[in-house]
Amino acid sequence: MGKTFLKPNSLSDNHTHYCPGCTHGVIHRLIAEVIDELKIRKNTVGVAPVGCAVLAYNYFNFDFQEAAHGRAPAMATGIKRVRPDLNVFTYQGDGDLASIGMSEIIHSANRGEKFTTIFVNNAVYGMTGGQMAPTTMPNQKTTTSPFGRDVKDVGMPIKMANLLAALQTPGYIERTTVLKPKYIVKAKKAIKKAFIYQMEKKCFSFVEVVSTCPTNWGMTPQDSIKWAEDTLLPYYELGVFKDTPKMEEKNAK
Amino acid sequence: MQSEVMFAGFGGQGILLSGKILAQTAMDQGFEVAWVPSYGPEMRGGTAYCTVVISDEPIGSPIIKNPAHLVAMNRPSLEKFAGIVKPKGVILINASLIPIRSGRDDIDELIVQTTEIASEIGNIRAANIVALASFIARSRIVDFDIFRECVKKEFSKKPKLIPLNMKAVDKGKLAANFDV
Amino acid sequence: MAKVLMKGNEAIGEAAIRSGCLNYFAYPITPQSEVAEYLAKRMPEVGGMFLQGESEVAVGYMLFGASACGERVFTTSSSPGISLMSEAISYIAAAQCPVVFVNIMRGGPGLGGILPSQADYSQSVKGGGHGDYKLLVMAPASVQEAVEMVTEAFVLAEKYRNPVMILGDGLIGQMMEPVEFPEKVAAKPSDKSEWATTGMDTRKSDKRNLVKTLFLDPEELNRHNLMLKEKYKKMEAEEVRYSTYNTDGDYKAVIASYGTMSRVCKTAIDMLKKEGIEVCMIRPQTLFPFPEVAIRKAVEKKSCKLAISIEMNMGQMVEDIQRSVSGIVPVKWYGKCGGEIPTPEETAEAVKKYLNNEE
Ligand SMILES: Cc1ncc(C[n+]2csc(CCOP(=O)(O)OP(=O)(O)O)c2C)c(N)n1
Repeated sequence: MGKTFLKPNSLSDNHTHYCPGCTHGVIHRLIAEVIDELKIRKNTVGVAPVGCAVLAYNYFNFDFQEAAHGRAPAMATGIKRVRPDLNVFTYQGDGDLASIGMSEIIHSANRGEKFTTIFVNNAVYGMTGGQMAPTTMPNQKTTTSPFGRDVKDVGMPIKMANLLAALQTPGYIERTTVLKPKYIVKAKKAIKKAFIYQMEKKCFSFVEVVSTCPTNWGMTPQDSIKWAEDTLLPYYELGVFKDTPKMEEKNAK
Repeated sequence: MQSEVMFAGFGGQGILLSGKILAQTAMDQGFEVAWVPSYGPEMRGGTAYCTVVISDEPIGSPIIKNPAHLVAMNRPSLEKFAGIVKPKGVILINASLIPIRSGRDDIDELIVQTTEIASEIGNIRAANIVALASFIARSRIVDFDIFRECVKKEFSKKPKLIPLNMKAVDKGKLAANFDV
Repeated sequence: MAKVLMKGNEAIGEAAIRSGCLNYFAYPITPQSEVAEYLAKRMPEVGGMFLQGESEVAVGYMLFGASACGERVFTTSSSPGISLMSEAISYIAAAQCPVVFVNIMRGGPGLGGILPSQADYSQSVKGGGHGDYKLLVMAPASVQEAVEMVTEAFVLAEKYRNPVMILGDGLIGQMMEPVEFPEKVAAKPSDKSEWATTGMDTRKSDKRNLVKTLFLDPEELNRHNLMLKEKYKKMEAEEVRYSTYNTDGDYKAVIASYGTMSRVCKTAIDMLKKEGIEVCMIRPQTLFPFPEVAIRKAVEKKSCKLAISIEMNMGQMVEDIQRSVSGIVPVKWYGKCGGEIPTPEETAEAVKKYLNNEE
């Protein structure tokens, strides 16, 4: 028989509540694998957002805190400031991070808090039923932009990775996606690097993951992947926006 | 006089819409009505239910412990709610998905193959209208002609769907009468 | 106007438009997101404005700014969102801006749940933000009443230059009932030229309008607070609203209950009547100002042994009832706070238990 997929220790036995075609499950798994591989499960604390991933702590198998909407980076700051030895990550959606929590993420990044943020960008508010997010694409229809996002009225979608990369302090910023296996390998690498930099107490690290939301986009999972590749990826270009530790290493040589 | 109908089934079976059409019909007939949904994340994929309260006086509590009637579109709904229906009520069982019966002899059990009937007339998504029509024909809780008009009104923005739903209304009514 | 069958949330949005409010800022939160979804479509049709703010903190100050310019403006949210707005609410009350807030309450504290609750009674009635301020708080018990209260809220907010809070539970937002909108309300916006920052060129005089809340001079701040206090007293004298049920006979207990819960109580009272037990209800329609006098008068009846606060929370109204009855009868509480609404049967049972213990 073929290879069996072993469940990482960092994942619990619970079945997720996510809709068919949602990428939260894959991203959870990548994080869990990285934490297993780095053997840091027992001194990791996750911070859950408010959004579809509010129950993420049911699916992971290590310590977790649940934040108020958008405030996860502030809580992670609190943890890191009193327990710098813990590995801390926030797991946040685009409404949570780029809308209500914009201030918290910018200031945490700018202080160079040494935690990791996994930013799941699905271009919509999932949990509350598909309202417009700051990352919603131009002309994209949502329940609160029923005629499509009018960029003349509410501006262009925010590219969080680019925006944070404009700050001097944060050290590692990469945008990835999990739309297809070829991307997933890279995404995992990025998440791993983010955690390693944290363990080495180097910098704030931020991994954006471009995702899908078939339910609220009103598409099949297959169509969602196609739409994301055709529409999201050209705008949210993948790649490393900043890798200060690597640059410093190079310069040292 | 007050009467209550509980609609229950999977999310996506048109449960909330059935309730809404019944509420609209009752309102058009001059009754007081309240449509009370279950809401929240369970709406996606999970069970959905709603209660419609119909009365000739202003409605007190919209929260109902024992509804007069039940329209059960899936098995968990029947298992969960068959016991709370008041005696003499109608329990409609969607036999396409439910292999069991209510186990009660003090109610009027109405067994309808809603999916089969809907697929005969061309679209299984009309199963909820088949069920609703059967239920109304049997319980006579509202006037059937006003109900027919309400179904038309509900689909007025998608006129293509009207003939299909009119067939569903007629077949549903027939099913109520021929049930043994 | 003919009756239409409408969800509470949508009816609230429509009512605001018909009350001449064409400005709406909000942030999505269950169980009231349908207001934003409805108005996102409806506002453009009537030439109105809807902006989804980046957070309720931001929305609070968008409302403040818009209202300080003299525009009619409102928002809707649910419990955690109102907590975030509470800072701005304090500023808005201090600056005397007539903003209308709608809170479609869900269970708390914290994230709590998304099902109906009345757990923000104290937050709304006693303050929630800092400082000595009061909101005029209205509690609808049906979709129709929610519509009427929205209309009235804009009038009251301008009459008193004070924020008004409409406190509905999740069911009021989610339930569909027939509603009849008042014929095009002529509630003309009040004259705000005295204070609103509409731009000096909108005024004949050379006077500058300033909307502010900082009063560093202690005497001036004290005077400001005394002036606000006078305003709240006037509300207490003029704006108390309540309805009564079954108050004619020799009832043994007075129930005080509002919102959806009061409808459950009404049915429970009918059930008790069939068993020969007489109980009456005072339903506050305004929670501030509170119908103190009505409740005291009700418990003064000889047959009355008890007052019972029945709410979907852990008894937040009890103190206000105690104050009202000033020791004439004991005050009890019954309720639930998880999102499950007590049934009429459970409510009647709870009332009976209290009455049996009294005997
Ligand atoms: C203060 C506050 N406001 C609003 C909400 C309602 N709310 C819950 S999740 C959410 C949006 C989540 O969207 P996103 O962060 O994009 O995550 P997704 O659900 O798409 O994974 C909102 C607005 C809340 N819980 N708290």
